[in-house]
Amino acid sequence: MKQVFINSVGSISAQKTFDNNAFLNDVVDYEDHVISVIDPNYKDYIPPAAARRMAKGIKMGVVASKIALQDAGLENVDAIITGTGMGCVRDSEKFVSAIIDNDEQYLTPTSFIQSTHNTVGGQIALELQCKGYNFTYVHASNSFESALLDAKLQLENDEERNILIGGVDELGDHTVAIHKLINHVKPEAVKSSNLLESNSVGAVFSEGANFFVLSNEKEASTYAKVAAVKLFNTLPKSDVALTAVEFLAENNLEVADVDILILGCNGDIEFDGYYSELQSETFKNTQQIYYKHLCGEFNTASSFGFWLASKILKLQSIPEVVKLNNLKNSSFKTILLYNQYRGENHSFTLLKQC
Amino acid sequence: MSKGVAITGMGIISAIGNNVAENYDALIKANKGISRVKKIKTNHVNDIMVGEISFTNGEFEQQLHLSSDNNYSRTAFLGTVAAKEAIESAGITDIDAYKTGLISATSVGGMDMTERYFYDYLEDNTTQKYIEGHHAGDSTQKIAEQLGIEKSLVTTISTACSSAANAIMLGARLIKSGQLDRVIVGGADCLSKFTINGFKTLMILSDTYNTPFDENRKGLNLGEAAAFLVLESDAVVQAENKTVLAYVKGYGNANDAYHQTASSDNGDGAFLAMEKALKIADYTPDDIDYINAHGTATGNNDLSEGRAIIRVFGENVPDFSSTKAYTGHTLAAAGAIEAVYSVLALQNNVIYPNLNFKTQMKEFDITPQCQLKEKPLNTVMSNSFGFGGNCSTIIFSKEQ
Amino acid sequence: MDALKQELKENIIEQLNLEDMSPNDIANDDMLFGDGLGLDSIDALELIVMLDKSYGIKLTDPKEGRAIFESIDTMAAYITEHRTK
Repeated sequence: MKQVFINSVGSISAQKTFDNNAFLNDVVDYEDHVISVIDPNYKDYIPPAAARRMAKGIKMGVVASKIALQDAGLENVDAIITGTGMGCVRDSEKFVSAIIDNDEQYLTPTSFIQSTHNTVGGQIALELQCKGYNFTYVHASNSFESALLDAKLQLENDEERNILIGGVDELGDHTVAIHKLINHVKPEAVKSSNLLESNSVGAVFSEGANFFVLSNEKEASTYAKVAAVKLFNTLPKSDVALTAVEFLAENNLEVADVDILILGCNGDIEFDGYYSELQSETFKNTQQIYYKHLCGEFNTASSFGFWLASKILKLQSIPEVVKLNNLKNSSFKTILLYNQYRGENHSFTLLKQC
Repeated sequence: MSKGVAITGMGIISAIGNNVAENYDALIKANKGISRVKKIKTNHVNDIMVGEISFTNGEFEQQLHLSSDNNYSRTAFLGTVAAKEAIESAGITDIDAYKTGLISATSVGGMDMTERYFYDYLEDNTTQKYIEGHHAGDSTQKIAEQLGIEKSLVTTISTACSSAANAIMLGARLIKSGQLDRVIVGGADCLSKFTINGFKTLMILSDTYNTPFDENRKGLNLGEAAAFLVLESDAVVQAENKTVLAYVKGYGNANDAYHQTASSDNGDGAFLAMEKALKIADYTPDDIDYINAHGTATGNNDLSEGRAIIRVFGENVPDFSSTKAYTGHTLAAAGAIEAVYSVLALQNNVIYPNLNFKTQMKEFDITPQCQLKEKPLNTVMSNSFGFGGNCSTIIFSKEQ
Repeated sequence: MDALKQELKENIIEQLNLEDMSPNDIANDDMLFGDGLGLDSIDALELIVMLDKSYGIKLTDPKEGRAIFESIDTMAAYITEHRTK
């Protein structure tokens, strides 16, 4: 069985992450309940004729992919696997409201086409002229991890050599508005740096695209190795810590072997309890990191955590702003990530230095 | 590692039947399920025909013993009914006896409720329970809950009209790699104003019965359906002494990389998908006994698919037919619907007629099988293609 | 007729998000599809809706659009002859 390497990254997020030469040197501290991405100049990457019909999610996905391909020094890949919780939700909103507002008349196809969940993956394939395997996973907070698992299986079995994977989601006004009504979005503006002390329900909604070239060949550009990923549709709070330990054991590791634990806590007092036991018991002697105060919450926010872990393992440094406790390690070999959203769709991901 | 990927159970609900037996009966009697749309109020009622399932949401609620405060979309109802039949037909009584996952596929998801309550959500809090049910993963989570699948690998694929074929493909990979012992794979999509109007804007909806591979085809009929298959590893089949209905022998996915919605003239993606599936199965084209074509009856698909079939099979194109004239195009569910039909074809050694065919297409000389044909079948190839250039092929076989 | 042609150019730029273009960039006899402006089959569907909404002309077969949408000249001529509003 072959090993699986992260050979490049490309990130568009609420922080200025599209520049691979920087690593969170210039962090924006927001005070809001909804935060948007910091846009790169999309025109630098997409010809105007192709860009004119592209939804925000498509633009973010295509550009993050191109950054990832550049970073890997590749012209193309063998396969493209995308995760998105909601797809191009603005176009879905636009098409539904047009149906209602115009009583099913004068509707145009563009917003319908872009509502199709695999439109980002399809457009990346079109842009790259990649005729290989192309899947899109749409399973809430496990959308990105599903893409990761699929790519990992194929690379291990040597079915493909380079696979582009990514997570992408965009903000839509109506979607945010209705999720505010059911308390999934925080009622008040929260300062990013105080996210975990907000003491309120809901999350700070956001958007982003994080893409990676995974390969079964190690290159000079390699960031890290993907040792394992495991998904759970349900997991009672009381089982999280035990499941984490079992997951490590399946990979011949113990708690003490983990140098950094990266948690997906988002400041929602109803659901951050899922992280508590890991934080204050099981991994209390382990350096801990969080990231959703930087990138906000969206179905594929965990792909930002994956980006963060990749950067840390390659650069062997941790930005101050992500530290969750005061423990320090001198070198980082093994990172464990755990994420869930609203108590469902949990994932454990294990990355190693190489 | 499991060498074989056995199909040990299946379930289905479509416009031609509420279970596997009813679907098979309609298939061999050439009974199509296409009519004017009844459950959705649309201005296009006289311009389109659909494959609609007769049960109302209220009837599903009763069948599944759900309390009235449930927030099931119609997609979730359909999916649950079909998945439960699949589990039962596989004789599974203890879902936890083996590592069991669920891979579902949908494109509509909870859109039926979203389009109904889009503005009401802002004012009427009794409708707000459906907000969480909108995203595509929601119906899958509900199906998992109904089957008792917990703490396991559950995910959703959405690649437009090839989605469920891709769910089967991932399921097969998970069994082969030993990640799971058993996986329920399939898809569900209900009719919605969203898809009716969407396909209407693309001007590819027929105002009459759809006619796959006919020179004068006018477009597709949308349909609603769900189907699931139980895939099990060799080890489970041996340990439980399971009856194997068929095997998933080959699979291939490729991208046309040609256009956002249309297929390329030469069917590059379709060609690559079929070639890959043959390679995984270790078959030559001569080994295929029947092709259950995607055959949506749009001008573009049938021409592109036909050409791709000719590129793969040359002079010896096997018997082929599309069953879309029976069910309509059931979008993300289509790959699973046609997987069930493919397995039934193998089990019964029959090829279903391509209904409504009258006139030979002028671009090529291959003709679909138009009468029910009995012939020994060992292998069936099933094609599913979707927007975004997504092309998938699955090969089912009697033998491992 | 000239006013209609100007109006068509403005509508096309707006409807099809031809961001970096102005009406002056489109000559009346420029090919709109293929090598000219580079519009594609999805744009053709958008233009069909524009015909319906702005000029009350209903096309039922997208193939009919090919000749009509050849250039601004052909569109203007067709609309002048068939418009119902």
